[in-house]
Amino acid sequence: MSATNQTGAAGAAGNQGGAGVAPSAEAHGAEAHGAKAHGAQSKTGAAKSGAPKAAGMPPVKKKFGALTVIFGIISIAYIYPILLVAINSFKKKAYISKYPFRLPDEKTFVGLDNYIGGIEKTNMIESFGWTLFITIGSVAVIILCTSMCAWYINRVKNAVTKTFYTLCLFSMIVPFQMVMFTLSKIANVLRLNNPWGIIIVYLGFGAGLSVFMFAGFVKSIPLEIEEAAMIDGCTPIQTFFQVVMPIMKPTMITVSILQTMWIWNDYLLPYLVLDLKKYKTVSISVQYLKGGYGSVDMGAMMGCLVLAIIPIIVFYLFCQKYIIEGVVAGAVKG
Amino acid sequence: MDKAIKRYFPVFMLPTLLAFVIGFIAPFILGVYLSFCKFTTINDATFVGLSNFAKIFEDATFGHALWFTALFTVVTVALINVLAFAVAMALTRKIQGANLYRTVFFMPNLIGGIVLGYIWQLLLNGILAHFERTLTYSSVYGFWGLVILLLWQQIGYMMVIYIAGIQNVPGELMEAAKIDGATSAQCLRHVTIPMIMPSVTICTFLTLTNGFKMFDQNLALTNGAPSDMSEMLALNIFNTFYSRSGYEGVGQAKAVVFFLLVAAIALIQTKITSSKEVQQ
Repeated sequence: MSATNQTGAAGAAGNQGGAGVAPSAEAHGAEAHGAKAHGAQSKTGAAKSGAPKAAGMPPVKKKFGALTVIFGIISIAYIYPILLVAINSFKKKAYISKYPFRLPDEKTFVGLDNYIGGIEKTNMIESFGWTLFITIGSVAVIILCTSMCAWYINRVKNAVTKTFYTLCLFSMIVPFQMVMFTLSKIANVLRLNNPWGIIIVYLGFGAGLSVFMFAGFVKSIPLEIEEAAMIDGCTPIQTFFQVVMPIMKPTMITVSILQTMWIWNDYLLPYLVLDLKKYKTVSISVQYLKGGYGSVDMGAMMGCLVLAIIPIIVFYLFCQKYIIEGVVAGAVKG
Repeated sequence: MDKAIKRYFPVFMLPTLLAFVIGFIAPFILGVYLSFCKFTTINDATFVGLSNFAKIFEDATFGHALWFTALFTVVTVALINVLAFAVAMALTRKIQGANLYRTVFFMPNLIGGIVLGYIWQLLLNGILAHFERTLTYSSVYGFWGLVILLLWQQIGYMMVIYIAGIQNVPGELMEAAKIDGATSAQCLRHVTIPMIMPSVTICTFLTLTNGFKMFDQNLALTNGAPSDMSEMLALNIFNTFYSRSGYEGVGQAKAVVFFLLVAAIALIQTKITSSKEVQQ
């Protein structure tokens, strides 16, 4: 186990120079260290989502057969719900619930009216901006603070750091409902009910998982590297930012992906914490369209759903390699 | 070296520690305390002992939500894991377009629960309209609607974890089994499945807790209709807090029970499946 760890960390460390060029290789290093025991090689193969090829097997030509056809059909069925919403977003609202499966025709086609209506009703552009701000801000703060914290608690072992680490593990199994009422009241009292303050709430509630993942990685970093830096006259702060942080990059990617997926889509926490008269997130805006007891404006709803989905899909198509690797790496450690 | 680092406590540890106290420790301790109190805000709490917990048992909606959630969790854990594993097995063969399919199956995970709920509401209500029903006609429709939604969302996620597990099975082991004359069913049963037990542990854990804690999808798809019959535990707790005045204490007590259930499930499950893991 320890041998594998060393390889993983050293491999990642070796990549420092070409960090921008070969982040995937570093991710593999992180993976390897998280793997139970068997060689780092096969784990590396697994992380390479591009090529589903078991390590050690001769390359086999891909077959075009019954399975391809079956999965082709299933894939289309899989995207269908999203397509259905997209199609309906161009129809007059009265026809959406009544005939959801009909394509828009001259009578029912309304162009972009639903989008315009949806944006006006929900202030979707503004919600989108706040969601983006909260997500990027929170993830950046979580990454910075928890990686520093994880390094510290690994290097300084005393009652405080040990208790803190145990509490972090504990917090991972506590469901949000347990703290939702008290957390929203505390956030209110401390004036954290705005997009800046909620970053602190996310740091607090999300610290458990991040500290756990970073701490797992820090254990595999050989002490000698840091000691050498310290002997050369680095302060702990310089050591962390110039030596430790670059090594941690693969874990940082994993943690930021997991946290982004959570925070971007989160509904209940911002709903309870934020001052909703001033700030809404995308999920909250969509839920607000449903409103109280009146009928829902299905046209605006369809428009908003499409607007909420498009950025995610674009982001996913660009970063899917990192996202899928991040999920796997996160699962292996979690 | 430790001493040199130690002095930097305010820089390295304090920010996270403070946020953790605000975002977790304080709300948690206060939450446990308030479950023994009657209150409408934190300031007017008066201690009432165990009466909140007693009231949970008089509340029929909680029992129903617990039953509904338990059944839902069992059904989704079984279906998601079996289907995700089957898809992973198929996609690790050399079939054309495997990467494209993986991309498609994983996609719904990135869409939030609220948005997913409304997407499926349109589709399922459209289908049910042919039979002159809606999702909120009876909790049976709500139940299966939620099952389909969660399957759609999570199969891709678990599939990705299973694929990594399957690709991690050493090729030599498979070849050795085949040379010894094992059929592919035997290879699956005696080589692949024991070797991917870590993935099984992770996926069961994730599906169990995700199913049990589900909130957003429930709120968007049925919101508990008809008359709270499709209400799951998390939504039940939320409604007890924010839709019934005077029941905040009971809501907090329910939350404590909910936490204990989630913790118990997580611990027991991890014990059981990790005991089945084999050394590679």
